[in-house]
Formats: sequence, structure tokens, C-alpha cells
Amino acid sequence: MSETVYGPVTDWATDFDHGSPAYAADMHKIWDDLKNSGCPIAHTERYGGAWLPLTHEMVHSIAYDTDHFTSEAPVVGQLKPSQIPDRIGAPIGPVPPISSDPPFHNEARRLLLPAFSPKMIDPWRDEVIEICNKLIDDMGDADHIDAALQYSQHIPVMVIARMLGLPVEDGDKFRGWVNLVLSGIGEERTEARMQQFMEFNDYLAFHVNDHKENPREDLISFLLNAEIFGDKLSLEHVVGTVILLLIAGIDTTWSGIGSSLWHLATNSVDRRRLVENPDMIPAAIEEFLRAYAPVTMARLVKEDMEFHGVQMKKEDWVLLPFPAANRDDKQFANAHEVVIDREENRHAAFGLGIHRCLGSNLARLEMNVAIEVFLQRFPDFSVDANEIVTWSTGQVRGPRSLPFVVNARA
Amino acid sequence: MRVHVDPSKCQGHNRCYALAPELFDVDDYGNAFELNDGVVPAGLEDKARLALANCPEFAISIEE
Repeated sequence: MSETVYGPVTDWATDFDHGSPAYAADMHKIWDDLKNSGCPIAHTERYGGAWLPLTHEMVHSIAYDTDHFTSEAPVVGQLKPSQIPDRIGAPIGPVPPISSDPPFHNEARRLLLPAFSPKMIDPWRDEVIEICNKLIDDMGDADHIDAALQYSQHIPVMVIARMLGLPVEDGDKFRGWVNLVLSGIGEERTEARMQQFMEFNDYLAFHVNDHKENPREDLISFLLNAEIFGDKLSLEHVVGTVILLLIAGIDTTWSGIGSSLWHLATNSVDRRRLVENPDMIPAAIEEFLRAYAPVTMARLVKEDMEFHGVQMKKEDWVLLPFPAANRDDKQFANAHEVVIDREENRHAAFGLGIHRCLGSNLARLEMNVAIEVFLQRFPDFSVDANEIVTWSTGQVRGPRSLPFVVNARA
Repeated sequence: MRVHVDPSKCQGHNRCYALAPELFDVDDYGNAFELNDGVVPAGLEDKARLALANCPEFAISIEE
């Protein structure tokens, strides 16, 4: 992993870079050091100016405050929305409804909610079990596996591609675009990168058009028929929502599954407890979501304002590090310990307020099944001491390689 | 004991429905509501407290 275009960080309080490899490697310590030094909200001039609030209270209040903060660009970029020509701005944004503000947001989200409600998601369980078992079958009898490359990264891709109506075999392409959009925020804006963005758009335009001509029973066809405020959705809205569901449905859950497996590979006591008591898995998954929450979102400041003693400027980025809120000891007892049977757990891994992750029921199903099946098939595994676990950079954090040794199989 | 979901706070995390389906249900949009007018049958008090302790939006209240 390389440094961002802004170079190495010199001071985390005044010059932080959440896209840097140093942040990905050590964010928990960085947050603790900042808070202990009396800086609960860090600032940087990178990315055109950004803030990093670290307490649950601050993150909660910004997530709820749609009057002062807009969601129109939920991923921090090197350019501000006002610097990008022809961009769809508030209240719709390029990828509705995550990039939308009220009142448009409410309508755009309401369209999608039924497809992701528990009663629509639960029936996918058997299919996810089958996908997970097949991935493990494909590993053969190898003792050395990569649980990220051979397992966690495939599970969400296969499910969301089927739900949307996109070819499941294009998983590699999807993951390439996910990296482009999320992990490459600090990379140089080269021709090659722009070309990849174009390819992503062309690919989706092709498949959306194909659904127009050949309607079927999937989410793309549903979106093409859906109406908002009495009109059919615009093509930009349909494509934007497909981009959202694809990107948000893949990287996040892949990271959640990977972090859970990493914890179990490095904590044999917890692993044994879950192997012996699989009914503890759902509570453990909630704790992994708290302790290793993959997603940080972003807002933009609408107008110059004061917030907890700092002066925020119009169009400053404001990060919402839900993972930091989840480790706030004012909100959680023993916040820095992973307690797999934690009873009180109001974690914010899926966000807070009106933008609560639309796919949270699906993500939970995939994480629960992925861990259940993995532990059934591999009751004992550990990190390969000769290899390196790598973590993603940017606003979604999870392991991108998980070299494991399988010590026992069932 | 009675439980109540404040519909203006609920954002559809569905934790209560997952932890205590005897006490809560969700509509087609994933918004939760209490069953049986919120009356908690004897023996399910702990489940009601567990649901309250796991709602990220602090939308659940309990009347003892």
C-alpha cells in the first residue's frame, strides 16, 4: 500500500489522512492518542479540508443533523462536489438514497426498504449456506488458505449480483470497481483511473438497458418500474442506486466477515467457545460489528458553523467514524475489549439516524452464515505466521488477505 | 411490564425483532412495533430488557 498524494502524516490532530496506510494499520491507537491528548475532533487540510470527530456523542449528533450537514458526497474525495462539473447535487446526489437529503431521501429510501426487510432477506439463508459451503469445497484439502481471497470476498458479491440481476461471474470486475471507488481515494487521479470509472459506468448502463428490453424479476427491473413523486425514476437515479447497492453491498460485508474470521484466528478461546456453542454466534457477530465496524461515512458542512468549539467551513468534509463511536468508553463498558457475549450493545456499525444501512439485515445474515459454516468446516485455524494480513485503506476497513493455516477440519 | 417502540426514533435496525420476536414485529419497511399492546408476558422480562439494551437509536422504552 502506498502513501496518498498528500504524503506521510506528520501530526494526526492537524494533518490526519484517513486514506493513508498508517491510519489503516493503527487507527484504534490513533483515536486513543487523539482523545487522550484532549483532541476529540481532528482536522486536516488534505482533501480540501476535513474533520474527524471521535466520540459517540459527536458522531450521533452529526448523523442526526441533516439541517447542517448534507449527505450528497458520502465518500471523501480529493475534489469537493462543487469542483466536479455536471455532478448531481443535493438533495438527490449521484447515488440515491445514501447521497440524498430529506425530503427526497425519504421517498427514495422507502422504495428500497421492502426488498431489504427481514422477511424478504431471511429466505436467502439456505442459498448463502450453499454458497459458503461451495467456497470451502473449492479449497480442496489445502492446509494453507486465504480466507479473504477464497472466502469472505465472494459471499456478498454472489448474493447482491443475484438480487440486482447482474452476472455472478463478473465478481472480479465488481471488486475492481469497489477498490477504485473506496480504497483509492488518496491515489493520483490518473487517466487510467478515469478510464476505469468510465468502464464501470458503461457496464452498468449496458445492463440497465438490457433490463429495459428484457424485464425480469430482480432489483434492476424493479427500479426501472418504480415511481417517485408520481414519475418513473430517472435513468441517472436507477444507475446511481445500482452503483450504491453493488458497492455498498460488497466491500462492507466482505470486511465484516473478514474481520470476524481474523478475530477468531487470533483468539483461540473465543473460537473454541463459538465452535462448542454455535448459538452464541449471533451475539458474537454483533460484538465483532461493534469492535471492527467496517464503515466510516462522510458528510459535508452546509454553511459555516461552530461545532463543539471548532469553526467548520462550508463544504468541509466531516467524517462519521462509526468504528470510533463504537469504542467510546462513555457509551460502552470495557469498550476496548472484545466480549463476545456482551449483553448491552447499542453499536453504530450500520450507522445512526435516517441513513441506517439499508442492507443491514442482509449483511447480518451473510456474516452469521459465513462464520457458522466456516467454524463447522474448520473448527481450528490460525494466522499463518510466515505470511502477512493486509487491511484495506479508506472509509471501509477490513482484511484484504487472510493467510490461514487450517489445523482441523470437519 | 410493557414495552414500547417510539416510531419517530426507530430506524429499522431490527435488533428488537431479532432478539425478542415474541414481543416485537416489523412492517414491510422494517420498522418495528410492539406486539400485544406492549404487554410483556410473564417470563419474557429479560428479553424485553435485552431488546432495550441493544437498540442503537434508543427507541425502546419499558414501563415496569
